[in-house]
Amino acid sequence: MKPLLFDDIDQPGLNTLDVYRRRRGGYEMLAKALEMEPADVLAQLQASGLRGRGGAGFAMGTKASFLPKGDMDKYVVCNADESEPGTFKDRELIQKNPHLLIEGLAIAAHAVGANKAFIFIRGEYAHQADILEAALDEAKAANLLGGLDLWVHRGAGAYICGEETALLDALEGKRGNPRLKPPFPAVQGLYRGPTLINNVETLMNAPIILRMGGEEYAKIGTERSTGTKVVSVSGCVQRPGNYEIELGIPSRELIYGLAGGPPEGRAIKFWFPGGSSAPVLPGTDEYLDLPYDFESMAKAGSMLGSGAIIVVDDSVPVMNVAMKTAKFYRHESCGKCTPCREGTNWTVKMLERIDSGEATPMDLDIMASICEQIIGNCLCVLGDSMAMPIGSMIKHFRPEFEAHIEAARERNGLGVAVPQFNRDEHAGPMPALT
Amino acid sequence: MAIDPTRIRRYEHGSRVPGWDDAVDLTKAPAVVPDPATTPVPAELRSEIEGYMARYPDFRSAAIPALHAAQRLHGWCSPTAIEQVACVMRLTPGYLTAVATFYDMFSTTPKGAHDVFVCTNISCSLRGADRIYETMQRVAGSDPEFHVKPFECLGACDIAPMASVDGEYVGPLEEADCTLIVEDVKAGRPVLRDKQLRGMKTAGDR
Repeated sequence: MKPLLFDDIDQPGLNTLDVYRRRRGGYEMLAKALEMEPADVLAQLQASGLRGRGGAGFAMGTKASFLPKGDMDKYVVCNADESEPGTFKDRELIQKNPHLLIEGLAIAAHAVGANKAFIFIRGEYAHQADILEAALDEAKAANLLGGLDLWVHRGAGAYICGEETALLDALEGKRGNPRLKPPFPAVQGLYRGPTLINNVETLMNAPIILRMGGEEYAKIGTERSTGTKVVSVSGCVQRPGNYEIELGIPSRELIYGLAGGPPEGRAIKFWFPGGSSAPVLPGTDEYLDLPYDFESMAKAGSMLGSGAIIVVDDSVPVMNVAMKTAKFYRHESCGKCTPCREGTNWTVKMLERIDSGEATPMDLDIMASICEQIIGNCLCVLGDSMAMPIGSMIKHFRPEFEAHIEAARERNGLGVAVPQFNRDEHAGPMPALT
Repeated sequence: MAIDPTRIRRYEHGSRVPGWDDAVDLTKAPAVVPDPATTPVPAELRSEIEGYMARYPDFRSAAIPALHAAQRLHGWCSPTAIEQVACVMRLTPGYLTAVATFYDMFSTTPKGAHDVFVCTNISCSLRGADRIYETMQRVAGSDPEFHVKPFECLGACDIAPMASVDGEYVGPLEEADCTLIVEDVKAGRPVLRDKQLRGMKTAGDR
């Protein structure tokens, strides 16, 4: 497969307007789009079947079609607040090919009839934001944007701002708290106007789709996961990095073929298929042979998410990863809604109890039930994002957690844990309240 | 965001000093929008903030860029810095403090001039980031010029374990690099020139 986004990405000077236009036909597709009717551009995006690359995997064309027609102020916001642990694709794409993002964003803005747009980039990406601003200045000076008012907005370090409604609040100059949905941003978003929010990689595909034609693009990948995907592979692999693949290739080929697999003499214990928010999958053949696409990952009980694979080898105790994951979400929980604020906090406390030997295997059941009760009960998916991986670690590695509890108890001279409380045995109807 | 346990004052036996969760002193009049006549604001800061305010349909959107600018000038989001931003933006200091305390990159307590953010998230810790952080803390933690902080995923797991030194991404780090980082920063040189992310090729071509 010929790469689309990573095609000769290290070409010297690609971040300048001159090279981008001369060698890549840059901004030709924007000029073409501006001559087309917005509805026709939208039709091309819909025909491509492109699904959002930020994590949710929602069809981009469909999302854009939800914006009302008419003359009101509409906005396009690019979500470049890439903070999902294990994800670093947008960083490399922005740093090396910033004009492709600007062109894609301008095409999307034309398709939905917006005349004001923002790129919300995380504050830590200072170097990338500088490059993006320089590219934007060039594009504005050459008068290429066709009346679109576009600005780069730097965030200030908060994972939650990757959530679309929290991002809008941050962009409005507030604390980044998620909003209750509905109304969805497509109807009422930034400054209460209809807003299209897309990930960097999603928008970068727009010029490519116009060049190839939507239907031609849909032939790449699988039927319901079309196109290519830049996958960030990290953790216990020999060649961590970004790899562009056609959706649907076996996961094994990605982890072993491209990223070199785990270090010599080590085996994969488990892996996160889509960033730290995705439920983990064991490193067995059953899972490694699955095609890497949206449907197969969902069917296996996990998700493709932002396309970030974190590999954990058999030298790492699962407790360490669980603790890191839970602490991260506790720190990043915005505190607006209770299940997430309390659930993440108590999960960390219970993991610490396991580590200090004060836990019994019953605590694993309690932890699993906390996770169950967070999922689906929060304003946004941050709470779910902790509950899903932690729940899956307990499910797949329960004996290891139990052994950890016993070892910690013994170390601290607390004796053998009380026998396990069997929930099924004790479960019965709730006594009636009198 | 969870309450930072280190900021809750405790007695020696462990219980919390009364007043740790006091919201505000209700007998005091709330801080109002600062009076421009009595709040001097450096001209450069003022024009930078006004430039940001002109970009957005709602001027309040400039809060984060304005706080970035004030933090650059004052070294941290000090009460003076917040008051100056509040004066230019015609907002209350309370509003801006609420914003500043939400985000990890703003510091509402004094800090060293040079930020060293060591990523200690999953991918980096699988490659020894916790050891790097400990070493960095030992080498520069007590130096008032430095602000060493463990940070959540900085988005550079391909060069794990890594750190962001004054915004410059460097990695993969070894323990010996921590001393070199301190030396480079003190000498005003580019930090770890061979390990900077900015010049690196994509993984497939490395």
